[in-house]
Amino acid sequence: MAILLNRVTKSYGSRRVVDDVTTSIDDGSLTVILGPSGSGKSTLLRLIAGLETLDSGTVAIDGQDVTFQDVRDRNIGFCFQHYAPFRHMTVAKNVGFGLKVRKQSRADIDRRVGELLEIVRLSDKANRYPSQLSGGERQRMALARALAIEPRVLLLDEPFGALDAQVRVELRSWLRDFHHRIPVTTIMVTHDQQEAMEVADQLIIMAEGAIQQTGDPRHIYASPSNEFVQGFLGPITNFGGVPVRPHDLEIRGANAPGEHAVVTAIQNFGFEVRVDLRTEHDTSCWVQLSTREAETLSLSVGDAVTVSVRHEPALMI
Amino acid sequence: MALALSDHSSIVTITPPPSRRRRFVVSKIGRIGGISLIATYLSIIVVIPVTALVLHGIGFGISTNGAGPALWRWSWHLSPMVFIHALQLPGAVHAIGLSLWLSLLVAFINCVMGLAIAWVLVRDEFPGKRILDGFIDLPFALPTIVAGVVFVFLYGPASPLHVDLFETWIGLMVALLFVTIPFSVRAVQPVLEHLDRADEEAALTLGAGPVRRYLTVVLPSLAPAALAGFGLAFARAIGEFGSIALISGGVARTTPGSAYVFMLTGSFQWAQAAAVSTALLLLSLVVLITSSVASRRISKRLGS
Ligand SMILES: Nc1ncnc2c1ncn2[C@@H]1O[C@H](COP(=O)(O)OP(=O)(O)O)[C@@H](O)[C@H]1O
Repeated sequence: MAILLNRVTKSYGSRRVVDDVTTSIDDGSLTVILGPSGSGKSTLLRLIAGLETLDSGTVAIDGQDVTFQDVRDRNIGFCFQHYAPFRHMTVAKNVGFGLKVRKQSRADIDRRVGELLEIVRLSDKANRYPSQLSGGERQRMALARALAIEPRVLLLDEPFGALDAQVRVELRSWLRDFHHRIPVTTIMVTHDQQEAMEVADQLIIMAEGAIQQTGDPRHIYASPSNEFVQGFLGPITNFGGVPVRPHDLEIRGANAPGEHAVVTAIQNFGFEVRVDLRTEHDTSCWVQLSTREAETLSLSVGDAVTVSVRHEPALMI
Repeated sequence: MALALSDHSSIVTITPPPSRRRRFVVSKIGRIGGISLIATYLSIIVVIPVTALVLHGIGFGISTNGAGPALWRWSWHLSPMVFIHALQLPGAVHAIGLSLWLSLLVAFINCVMGLAIAWVLVRDEFPGKRILDGFIDLPFALPTIVAGVVFVFLYGPASPLHVDLFETWIGLMVALLFVTIPFSVRAVQPVLEHLDRADEEAALTLGAGPVRRYLTVVLPSLAPAALAGFGLAFARAIGEFGSIALISGGVARTTPGSAYVFMLTGSFQWAQAAAVSTALLLLSLVVLITSSVASRRISKRLGS
């Protein structure tokens, strides 16, 4: 179901945490709200869910104004950063909770819970308690619990924020895959650029309570609408007075066309190499090379080279 | 960098044996010393008096046979009949029974009220909240006999409120509710404060109403603390004397165990007093242990 936010505003005390946000979220999309911590992402998500009340503006889901609708009637699936499991209930009971509230029959609940546990790959843990699950398993359980009520939209608040790096990466691709199979409109909040880039098919960049840019993640990355977005999505360097991605610059031999420069430092990170340069106009910039490129160039400090913008900017994420 | 690290770790592995060993020994001595100190302290304050009471209660005695202080002439005897006889004294069983059901009732009522009061103190904002919070500890601070005097004045025969609870079990109950309320509130309050609101919000988004949210999400998390509070309140109630001594009026019908023991000491029936006390102590222990076992079981299930 599509979600429409119109001039949504929320303050805590004198501080505007969500400031006049207007945007639309496509039906069936996997939208990621990305922004630095404290930018109001979670608050925006909670406003959509109805867990917070708006100061002004409207929220509509599937064409229906839900601004003043009770949370319980909104039929929204919500996942929390720390999973919020019902700790005294088994995994199966957790997942079936919303169905029990809806007074469904025992048989229907059991069947639906079985299906969902299958989907989140927890069938063998149905009778465990949340304390006996790993973090990743708990979040999958929470996801199944949220999905059980067949929500109109699924809202995920930093769902992988409390997991270690490896599990995060696993769950990201699992989420993509999962959303592909069950294309419920999903909004996920994160402060992790890489995560957002990997998961989103729509990206909303927020800072200081306001939306900075929305759209296709690749498009935003390639043509950020302002310097904040550009800087937030990845490293930037200054070349000829213009901010560019350091991997969009190219180093070639001293006789090639481009700006003349001298190598001032080389740092090898294993997967990439950072080369610092001082140009003929006495400005400094740096270039990100793949290890292979660096090997081919075999640079050393003091070398004279030329720098130029690559003809086809590489989309490295 | 990697080199520096390995250098550093090799230094650590080469030097330590003697100093580490010494530190280990010192820390072990320190620990044993600490434990002995605590054990001695607890013995003097708790273990020895309680043991003496129980031994006395079950008729254990030491006497010297014949003359002379020589250690080998001493003998001990056990006469469990003292215990049985004491319980056969008129009113003894009634007093212990009254203590038991009153304390259970009081612990239960305050368990429920404690949950409600803690809820209001943690979740609601209202003027005077801090003051109310402070009031909860007052029964701790007030000498209980003072509370007893106040109760007789307020709810006695000359009650300005025209509520005469003198020589009634309700009077006893009110006094016991007063002295045990801090246990019930303070046991659950910190747990409620640290409860993750997301749990309730999760239930809310799944459609659960306030009653269901409280019963299925909040209460189970508070249950271990509430049970522990129940145990403490019960133990406190069964041992309470000061606040009920006056309002009980010294009538057999409204004389609970503790007041009964006081009566026995008044007539120098020491052995009988110890026996009845031992019975009260046993009841306390049973309830305390049961509630703490139950509390731990639930906590374990809840995990982390
Ligand atoms: N219930 C609240 N009361 C007061 N301030 C809040 C509350 N919730 C959030 N805030 C403040 O609003 C700002 C935005 O918070 P949040 O929406 O959680 O940001 P983000 O999710 O982007 O990290 C933060 O500065 C936070 O301190």
